Amino acid sequence: MADTSVQVQQPSRSRDLDKLLLRPGNLVGPRFEPGAELRDDLQAFAKVLVVGAGGLGCELLKDLALTGFRNLEVIDMDRIEVTNLNRQFLFRLEDVGKPKAEVAAKRVMERISGVDIVPHFCRIEDKDIEFYNDFSIIALGLDSIEARSYINNVACSFLEYDSDDNPREETIKPMVDGGTEGFKGHARVIMPGITPCFECTIWLFPPQVKFPLCTLAETPRTAAHCIEYAHLIKWDEVHRGVPFDPDNPKNMKWVYDEAVKRAELFGIPGVTYSFTQGVVKNIIPAIASTNAIISAACALETLKIATECSKTLSNYLTYNGSEGLHTKVTEFERDRDCLVCGPGIRLELDPSITLQKFMDLLEEHPKLQLSKASVTHRGKNLYMQAPPVLEEMTRSNLSLSLFNLMGKLPKDIVHVNGMTSKNDQRTSCLRKLRVVFKGVDGVTDMDTAGGA
Amino acid sequence: MAEPKVKYDRQLRIWGDQGQAALEKSNICLLNCGPTGSETLKNLVLGGIGSITVVDGSKVEVGDLGNNFLVDESSLGQSKAKCVCSFLQELNDAVKAKYVEEYPDALIETNPSFFSQFTLVVATQLVESSMVKLDRICRNANVILIFARSYGLTGFVRISLKEHTVIESKPEHFLDDLRLNNPWPELKRFAEGFDLNVQDPVVHKHIPYVVILVKMADEWAKNHGGRLPSTREEKKEFKELLKAGMVAQDEDNYKEAIESSFKVFAPRGISSELQQMLNDSSAEVDSSSSDFWVLVAALKDFVTNEGGGEAPLEGSIPDMTSSTEQYVNLQNIYQAKAEADILAIERVARNTLKKIGRDPNSIPRATVKSFCKNARKLKVCRYRLIEDEFNSPNLPELQKYLTDEDYSIAMGIYILLRAVDRFAANYNSFPGQFDSAMDEDISRLKSTAVGLLNDLGCNSATLAEDLINEMCRFGAAELHAVAALVGGIASQEAIKLITRQFVPISGTYIFNGIDHKSQLLLL
Ligand SMILES: [Zn+2]
Repeated sequence: MADTSVQVQQPSRSRDLDKLLLRPGNLVGPRFEPGAELRDDLQAFAKVLVVGAGGLGCELLKDLALTGFRNLEVIDMDRIEVTNLNRQFLFRLEDVGKPKAEVAAKRVMERISGVDIVPHFCRIEDKDIEFYNDFSIIALGLDSIEARSYINNVACSFLEYDSDDNPREETIKPMVDGGTEGFKGHARVIMPGITPCFECTIWLFPPQVKFPLCTLAETPRTAAHCIEYAHLIKWDEVHRGVPFDPDNPKNMKWVYDEAVKRAELFGIPGVTYSFTQGVVKNIIPAIASTNAIISAACALETLKIATECSKTLSNYLTYNGSEGLHTKVTEFERDRDCLVCGPGIRLELDPSITLQKFMDLLEEHPKLQLSKASVTHRGKNLYMQAPPVLEEMTRSNLSLSLFNLMGKLPKDIVHVNGMTSKNDQRTSCLRKLRVVFKGVDGVTDMDTAGGA
Repeated sequence: MAEPKVKYDRQLRIWGDQGQAALEKSNICLLNCGPTGSETLKNLVLGGIGSITVVDGSKVEVGDLGNNFLVDESSLGQSKAKCVCSFLQELNDAVKAKYVEEYPDALIETNPSFFSQFTLVVATQLVESSMVKLDRICRNANVILIFARSYGLTGFVRISLKEHTVIESKPEHFLDDLRLNNPWPELKRFAEGFDLNVQDPVVHKHIPYVVILVKMADEWAKNHGGRLPSTREEKKEFKELLKAGMVAQDEDNYKEAIESSFKVFAPRGISSELQQMLNDSSAEVDSSSSDFWVLVAALKDFVTNEGGGEAPLEGSIPDMTSSTEQYVNLQNIYQAKAEADILAIERVARNTLKKIGRDPNSIPRATVKSFCKNARKLKVCRYRLIEDEFNSPNLPELQKYLTDEDYSIAMGIYILLRAVDRFAANYNSFPGQFDSAMDEDISRLKSTAVGLLNDLGCNSATLAEDLINEMCRFGAAELHAVAALVGGIASQEAIKLITRQFVPISGTYIFNGIDHKSQLLLL
């Protein structure tokens, strides 16, 4: 069969990718093992979750499916809107109103045979944590800081440390994260415990500056001031108790009309309907090309993480195409004290403590201040706030001893999901806790227990 | 029906109705519709480009299914151009899509006039000899050209056209135009109407910082023989004086004044970049000059005469702590001056047009207005002919890149991307295209690259062995992710060139997918 004198190469879909995966290289990762087996394993075993099926998500699904990955899942709670169609190329006008995840998965599978994509039309918080542990790599195509933060929390919660506080390799859940705004974007690789997690470098995403209410009420100067006055002050004055719905065109028109009146009153130019929508919904401009660039960089890094077929991005790429083209790679450092990707907060507890008392303690703990907690131990729900069925089923645990609930282990990891305050805002968060029971001498070391 | 407006809402917020209209009027040609070309067009079609013509003579093979989303199993054996074209049409039915089943290399050779019908040509995966020929054709026909190539984990994007001028360059960070270092009489008079020692604390904390700075600078100049603060000590002293003017801790207007005091210290007059443009020989206009250069000539006249060394005022002010009334008044002062400047430039421009034998009203008022508003941000991009760059690159730059730590890999990729074409011309295949000849190809590629460096005049230069090996490993593979990235950049540049907004790449963008340390090389 192998007649080297004649250049016959079997026609294969993997024609181009094989050059990268089957041939030895010089600028590759330490564990790169080129060969057909690598390609076949990638197809058979690597499983990637794409979070978000919007501008980045659509591109990511296509890119990953054409980069050797065959097992993909996608999660998105949104439905298709007309304004998506200038960049989310898997959707057509007749798809408007349908779930993004479902249509995106279907379209990619229709065109690329052999690829399996499971869609999940739900919120990321609706899946239990173990769902996320099933993936080799998580690729994020999101436009919100809160959602990134949540997935980061989840991925970091799987991370375990050995007795020397070094991350256990098999517990590292790699993430690639992309983001765009107009002609700008970023792509990054997060290896929890090794490279900074989203929370380590949270300062890269400063909170949005809001206008002081007194400016809106007393000294408006710009069109945005007039719009925000109508949106944040006048609406409540007039529609007592009725919440403003940004997706209701009547509501939006009302705000626009009020903003126009106010602007005329003060002689302020620039209030238009389009600008009103932009301010009220905080619309981020988005175009196809930037999404394509950032997603492609993320897909390439996903392949490198899975195969080590080249060097990996270390660890943050910024792209700006508005004035010429500037790309820059920055190697950010981990925050050793990070609450999310660090070894976890250690809690020394009395073995007699009940689950309820433990939850009270989480609320009082200065570093945690975690309320409305749901507690899980090794995938088992000890107490769940929701849904009501689960709450009822686990309620009786509240009066039981945590030590017994945890199978009388002297120390182990507990995951807690709850609410915390950040910048005066309530946000949901997930924390990993290292629980140690005082006065219990176990032969089992916590770390081996955790890694079981 | 308002649907297209809604559909394009997220991009209209970037380039506006005018940019969109330019896209919808344009006619684009794509050469070779592998993944790099297909992805470039996909992004443009989604954005609502006017019409496209896909040129490719090949048939869809099994290997294409693994790297190009725009073809599928049903396309096997059919014209690639036809299949790609029909998928693109599905993405946006407002776009007029055509295809030509012909090999681009042959078309360049046999039918050069084919290209003159287009606004812009995107040429992907062309080898050097075809690039050089096409470049000459497009340059003569005044057609914008973008080259894009994906090669293994590397690639490049290079624009080619004689000159691209931009009025709306839309820089992200640009100092506002407040003229605090050189206030005109009306602004001074407006400031005189305020009393910085006013007793009412509410009034005091609502004096706009612009007024505070104009008054304080005026006061300073009176005590310093007409000069403004220039030394470090003087600047510090000026800020201390500002601080001393505060009557309460929470006076945001004074805080803003201290933060913005550097605007008083800034040198007067226009930037050296703008001065260079005014000195450009194109600013000596004749009947063949473009509207842009006619306006630059008018700007030059304005700066030397009415402007007193300054460009026309931009006319907008940033938000600042102030009462509504005083803010609106201040805004009116700036706007009135901007309007007067526009009138002055318009007058000169109309005279100039008459002088060069054109209709004095042939440049619309709106264009003059936009030109004046953006006078400090004008951009001129010029591109060398590919042939010139290939035969005589900027040698000092090239040598600097080869030895600079940040640039040497990108420069190595540039040389090797050229070397693989020489290799292909000599050996009828790309290095590493076939598994059996790897070792031989590596040494051949190395000697080809050394030969190329010698021809360019870099006799002593060497390339990293690792990179040469990698280049052979890539074996001319067109990987989808690399193609999507390179094609993404090509489409972004096309948008900037067609809308005449933002600033396109100058030089050659080298994509380095190994560690993403990509670079722009000016050769
Ligand atoms: Zn962290």
